[in-house]
Amino acid sequence: MRLASLLGQRRNGPGRPLHWTDIAAYAYLALGVVLMFGPVLWLVLSSFKTQSALLEFPPSLLPFAQVEVTVPGQPQKLPLFRTNLPDGSVRELAQVRRIGLVAQMVDPADPAKQFRVAIDKREPVRRVAFATENYSEPLQRFAFLRFLFNSVFVTVVATLITLLINSMAAYALAVYAFPGKQTATLAVIGTLMIPMTIILVPVYLVVTELGLANSLWAVILPGAATPTGVFLLRQYMLTLPKDLIEAARMDKASEWQIYWRIVMPLTLPALAVLAIFSIMWRWNEFLWPLAVLTKTEVYTLQIALNAFQGELQTQWHYLLAMTVVTLAPVALVFVFLQRFITTGIGSTGMK
Amino acid sequence: MAELKLTSARKSFGSIDVLHGIDLAVRDGEFVVFVGPSGCGKSTLLRLIAGLENVTSGEIHIDGERVTHLPASERGLAMVFQSYALYPHMSVRKNMGFALENMGLKPAEIEARVARAAAMLRLTDYLDRKPKALSGGQRQRVAIGRAIVRDPKIFLFDEPLSNLDAELRVATRKELASLHAGLGGTMIYVTHDQVEAMTLADRIVVLNAGRIEQVGTPLELYNRPANAFVAGFIGSPRMNFLPAVVVSDDGTLRLTVGEVEVALPRPASGLAAGASVTLGIRPEHIEIAPGDGMLAAKIDLLEQLGGETFVYATAPGLPQITLRQDGQSHFHRGDAVAIRFAPDHLHIFDAAGAALARP
Amino acid sequence: MSDTSSVSRPERGRGIGTLAELRSIVTLPVELGMRLFDPPMRWVQRMIGARRMAYVFLLPNFVFFGLFVFLPIGINIVFSVTGGTALFPSQRPYVGSDQFAYLFDCGSYLDPATCREDHFWRAVANTVKFVVLQVTAMVLLSLVTALVLNMRIRGRGFFRAVYFFPVLLSPVVVALIWKWILQRDGLLNAAITTLGGQKIIFFVDPSWAMFWAVFVSVWAHMGFYTLILLAGLQAIPADLYEAAEMDATPRWRVLTHITLPLLWPNMIVVIVLALIKGAQTFDEVFVLTGGGPGTATLMVVQYIYETGFSSQVQNFGLAAAASVVLGIVLFVLTLLQFAAARRKEI
Repeated sequence: MRLASLLGQRRNGPGRPLHWTDIAAYAYLALGVVLMFGPVLWLVLSSFKTQSALLEFPPSLLPFAQVEVTVPGQPQKLPLFRTNLPDGSVRELAQVRRIGLVAQMVDPADPAKQFRVAIDKREPVRRVAFATENYSEPLQRFAFLRFLFNSVFVTVVATLITLLINSMAAYALAVYAFPGKQTATLAVIGTLMIPMTIILVPVYLVVTELGLANSLWAVILPGAATPTGVFLLRQYMLTLPKDLIEAARMDKASEWQIYWRIVMPLTLPALAVLAIFSIMWRWNEFLWPLAVLTKTEVYTLQIALNAFQGELQTQWHYLLAMTVVTLAPVALVFVFLQRFITTGIGSTGMK
Repeated sequence: MAELKLTSARKSFGSIDVLHGIDLAVRDGEFVVFVGPSGCGKSTLLRLIAGLENVTSGEIHIDGERVTHLPASERGLAMVFQSYALYPHMSVRKNMGFALENMGLKPAEIEARVARAAAMLRLTDYLDRKPKALSGGQRQRVAIGRAIVRDPKIFLFDEPLSNLDAELRVATRKELASLHAGLGGTMIYVTHDQVEAMTLADRIVVLNAGRIEQVGTPLELYNRPANAFVAGFIGSPRMNFLPAVVVSDDGTLRLTVGEVEVALPRPASGLAAGASVTLGIRPEHIEIAPGDGMLAAKIDLLEQLGGETFVYATAPGLPQITLRQDGQSHFHRGDAVAIRFAPDHLHIFDAAGAALARP
Repeated sequence: MSDTSSVSRPERGRGIGTLAELRSIVTLPVELGMRLFDPPMRWVQRMIGARRMAYVFLLPNFVFFGLFVFLPIGINIVFSVTGGTALFPSQRPYVGSDQFAYLFDCGSYLDPATCREDHFWRAVANTVKFVVLQVTAMVLLSLVTALVLNMRIRGRGFFRAVYFFPVLLSPVVVALIWKWILQRDGLLNAAITTLGGQKIIFFVDPSWAMFWAVFVSVWAHMGFYTLILLAGLQAIPADLYEAAEMDATPRWRVLTHITLPLLWPNMIVVIVLALIKGAQTFDEVFVLTGGGPGTATLMVVQYIYETGFSSQVQNFGLAAAASVVLGIVLFVLTLLQFAAARRKEI
């Protein structure tokens, strides 16, 4: 879709000659596409390779696997080779067994005929094949679904809590005049200056004292009240006409009703921006869960991935597949909401 | 339907006094218009009545019940805002039904009331539209409809016509008048436009700088303005104000106006000789005399409107005088004319601006 | 409320049925929020009055702030002046400034090896080195990218997306992607050997490890800074460029005399933001190199994390003291950021 617009657009307009800087710019951008997209593409391609294909050096670009065929009279599937026969002809033969430097081969089309071939006279027949077992096996072997569920649960619940309490605070700061409003606003700014990284230890203490250690709530709750969210929503709510709120008051609406039925629906664009950010923050969060989650059954995807990259050094095929799964939701969100996200960041300057 | 009573209602924002003690009683079913220049406090007064602002001191009673500190939602009033304040995310139907839902009415009852109001305001075909799909006039009617369905004790209007174009404003004005005739509810209406005030009001409250200047029926204000401010504010074109000096006041008031002396038979009102007064005379009460008049003047400008003509003239030593003639005028710019005031319609204001009693 | 909405909605054709159902799924939580919260909130409003409802709306957010920000700041300070291994503050003996004295006990601050807590100083040195390299590369690259993306080129939206998308990837994913490429038999070594070079085992060489730490973090984050600069570039009024064209200004002079001076406020914001984020670098580098080889890429936050959570003896006091030091640095940087933001507004 983007590519179509890339080809279809004519920004320069007809007749405007290309300046050398234009060519340099396109070269720079082309390099950028390779550098930015390439690694992710390589990851996805690699994740479909079999374990043995991953060990090849130099690696092949696409995932290949040796073709195996069923030969009548043979109990198992046999690997297929392209073989140079002594008579000079080249045939595709299945290997029955290998003894030393000689392989016993059979023609799949004519199983009665057997050949004995030196192993350096044959080459495996390979086709592009996607090793989907890289994806299906970890599901059974490593409680992968559990981690996926944990991550989804943390992301969804934390985002809902964030949207609710941040919008309530923003509503109070945007709509009411009350003693202490200045102090409350300053407190929010102050909170903005305290990143999680520097209060790691005491938050751990608080979470432990609350009896939340090693539960998903330990990940959800500490970051639920975001100063960024309060600010973003407050700024947006300040632009709503004051008349609307007064009209609702005249219409006998309770304060909660004004917040829930009038202000919230009108704040939807800002809420959507915050929701997307919150989903990204929570899905990708690493340091805090790493510190607070020590039991495997409460691991989120990110923590599980990090743990496995230590344990599974020799099992890259699983690790790569899990990385792709972790990346996929973010990629999907990005594909659908790209313009929305980039303009959101451009206009708010937050991440 | 209800009556409203304000007792020395004051409002200040910080150290700035916006309203300096307002006493006012509005009768059941009355259409009262608050009028005044911008910044006079008329909107603030309306918001005090609505409960959107708290009085600094003083009392507010509705139907004899003290509501001074009751929040807006519990006063049972409805308001039409200048910006209309329609909920942009709700359909017309939802907008009109919102308050009724809040009151806990049954869906069928809500539907019936909305339908009735919509029919009254010719909105039936637009009930499922969102406000942004409506024209200005339609939005205005939705805002009114939202008030009507509530059947409120008092309708409050905050400059409801100021966002409409001139033609629509006149049409809606007439509609409002007939609406009041039909519903008979108590209505309080804020405007800076004296024509709206004159055409709509049973009684007008003229406000200036946070004080009530005068309360009365439109014609009372027109015919017997209590002071120079009201005299100048009500009536278009404006009343002429001519500075004058008292020569004597002993049954006949003799004044020097410009370069001439004018004698007005009227009871003595105790003005000292040499006191400065202001002579007020409306444009329609000045005529161009065929023979000799009171003042000799020269025509500066004529505005021929077809049905009537406004003549702007100057007499030596006086500010420009506006006079109105019926029909079309045969005078020209630069003509020297003699003009005469209708003595029965002269207003005299003392140095402080208060009107002297008229015979 | 849901019953009123169904009444007020006129009957439409059957095809709309599923749409209406979809609508009810969306409106359900909205109605739930009304039914669940409105009665208690109405009661509270009656008790305290409408005007004081502001405090009720502020309360939940501030309970969270109190528990997970304000209280921890206090505890952190208590931790940093107490010793021992207990987690609960009242069980920790007061040691005054001992933790800080221990952290700062150095023969020469220029040589971490002479410090008693040499890990901390190595981490500081690494972080400073990392931040200087990373911020320089980041600012230059995102400036060039923003300038290019601001040119009248085709497919601008596509290219902007290309540079931006790594920002959304999780640090773990980013690190694993590059680990896979940089491993001994990885894509990069394949390219090197194809060109006739020797395989390089990147993560056993301290310089290479630091290089790739910087590279990967720039790769992951430059899209964000590019966007900020691009927004700044697009805020420059077009008529300035038209005026320059009328004056026959050469391209490079337009850049140096119009674009860059007007972009400068945004540049300051980008630099300070990058400094703040850079000083807190942890996850990508941690997953990519584990801080190694040895301590070659150990960052301050990793030091705090390991001292507090994952070393044999969990030394909360020392971790808290290091946090306080980092907090002061970040505080100063944040003040700079506000100053820069204010300048930008003027």
